[in-house]
Amino acid sequence: MTGLFEAAGVSKRFGGLTALHGVDYRLDAGIASIIGPNGAGKTTLFNIFTGVYPADEGRVTFRGQPVLGLRPDQITALGVCRTFQNIRLFANMTAIENVLVGMHARLRVGLWDALARTSRFHASEQGSWRGGLDLLERVGLRPKANEIARNLPYGDQRRLELARALGSQPALLLLDEPTAGMTQAEATSLMALLRRLVADLGLAILLIEHNMRVVMEVSDRVTVLDHGEKIAEGVPREVQTNPRVIEAYLGRRAAAPGGGRAGA
Amino acid sequence: MIHAAASIALLIVSGAMVAVFPRSILAFLVFQGSLVAIYVARIPAWLRALLLGTALLVMMPVIGAWNGYYLEVATQVGIFVALALGLNIVVGLAGLLDLGYVAFFAVGAYTWAIVGSPHGNIVFGGGFPLSPWAFYLFLVVGLLVAAGTGILLGLPVLRLRGDYLAIVTLGFGEVIRVLANNLDKPINLTNGPKGITPIGRPPVPPFMSYSEGFYFLVLLIVIVVILVNRRLEDSHIGRAWEAMREDELAAQAMGVPLVRSKLLAFACGASFAGVMGVVFSAKQLFINPESFTFLESIGVLAMVILGGMGSIPGAVVGATVVTVLNLQVLKGFSLWLNELKNADVTVLGYNLANLPTQLEPAKYERMVFGIILVVMMIVRPQGLFPARRRQRELGQ
Repeated sequence: MTGLFEAAGVSKRFGGLTALHGVDYRLDAGIASIIGPNGAGKTTLFNIFTGVYPADEGRVTFRGQPVLGLRPDQITALGVCRTFQNIRLFANMTAIENVLVGMHARLRVGLWDALARTSRFHASEQGSWRGGLDLLERVGLRPKANEIARNLPYGDQRRLELARALGSQPALLLLDEPTAGMTQAEATSLMALLRRLVADLGLAILLIEHNMRVVMEVSDRVTVLDHGEKIAEGVPREVQTNPRVIEAYLGRRAAAPGGGRAGA
Repeated sequence: MIHAAASIALLIVSGAMVAVFPRSILAFLVFQGSLVAIYVARIPAWLRALLLGTALLVMMPVIGAWNGYYLEVATQVGIFVALALGLNIVVGLAGLLDLGYVAFFAVGAYTWAIVGSPHGNIVFGGGFPLSPWAFYLFLVVGLLVAAGTGILLGLPVLRLRGDYLAIVTLGFGEVIRVLANNLDKPINLTNGPKGITPIGRPPVPPFMSYSEGFYFLVLLIVIVVILVNRRLEDSHIGRAWEAMREDELAAQAMGVPLVRSKLLAFACGASFAGVMGVVFSAKQLFINPESFTFLESIGVLAMVILGGMGSIPGAVVGATVVTVLNLQVLKGFSLWLNELKNADVTVLGYNLANLPTQLEPAKYERMVFGIILVVMMIVRPQGLFPARRRQRELGQ
């Protein structure tokens, strides 16, 4: 049976550097995390999943449909959307406009509708605005709908990026370090939000995260990458005690009995 | 209330000024300024529409009857307003710096020039020039040909951004001009540097002169262009362009198809220039490659920047200011200086007749623009009438 999202044998080289080496991945539902030390290949994997980079080898399917070779906007249209490690909002557009752009892939109106202002166009615009405001409501930004993205506080910008990605009605959401730079309290409330999204919208969410407390709390499953290879996978508790993971994070000696815990 | 009364009074007074001094450039400038004042005044939308409508549809043709040159200026302004609005889509909204925009204007102009003049016989055999009525059909043909050229330019430069895009579009503009200059052999398509003449003029209603006819035609096209611009800007297409300008990668990741959006921007921008090219060639009766130099592209870009990138009123005002400065203010200064010289006036013991002949403002056109642009960039980089969004970017 094919899962929602499957990757098999994904490899990527940048010149002499092997960023990813035969990575397999599978996600059906719930929240999964990818962790690993800096340079482990996490973001590269995301970039391959969303069509930013081509892969050198491997196969990625979403709902059984091959994804590799498609453009990012086509992948978004299929139902996979993402956020970025360094926030990439449309800085000079308002919060609601950002979300409206996120809905682009779901619009069924064209040039002629916009020029002639057809009834279809008006219906589409009204629907988009309503849906956009709902999404802002969901992430707690409804009162700031008309504020310029650039002027929002950092935590709000992260939430806005999430709302914008939700605009494309994804079935799978890829979040690249969503709690980076957040306080623990902000991070906890964001994770509660992700849980609600999974419950309400039936989304599957894949996280790259450095905040181990967040990862262990929220994930149904954790995958560990190191030097472009998958070294461990399982429920958070298993991964936490896996000697190879501890070694990857803290070095060989720490992995000896009585060594430290994974993460920092 | 005060605004409303002042607007009406301003329009009447400035109209009267032109009536009393039909030769005075100052009076006509006051009339133009009053239109801008009415646009920014805090008055109800219907009153603004009524006043601007009266000024453009009734007063301007009357003024043109007193002084035909003013109508010519107004028509030229209209042509450049449409060009600035087209470039505004490409540069201002979609953020694709195009330094060869006049190429599309040239394509439109040559499209009609070839079939609207006896030159068509050399290219296609017999049957030319086409009936003057075909002009109206060729407004659409010019639009389509220019839009197609826009897509043709867009395809190879899709992957380029910023400086690289600017250089390639600059080259493209030159390629079109050089082609026009050299396509007199092996097939004589453009008649080379000698240009094409006489180009057919469209039939106008019997109660109008040609210049009035062209004025109203240009006005009509400008209104359509403004409408199209506004509708594009305020739609999912405009938002996608703006998103693309802000962050191309993020826009694509959010589902904006970059290729299609960029080509659409190039095609829309080019199509306006194409239509105006058709009008321009008919109005001028004669075109040659000299009308489509690199400096023309820069001129249109200067209009967009001066007015405020991405702003529709900005493009209109920018085009007006530059064109009027060009056609009237500097020429007016030159004439005035010449009169003073010839009149043997002495100022503070210096006989103006001794002024060097090089001192002629009309020759300093480019320098004056350069100074204006530099000063603008320092004092008001967001332009005269900035778009809401650009104000945010640069105004703070």
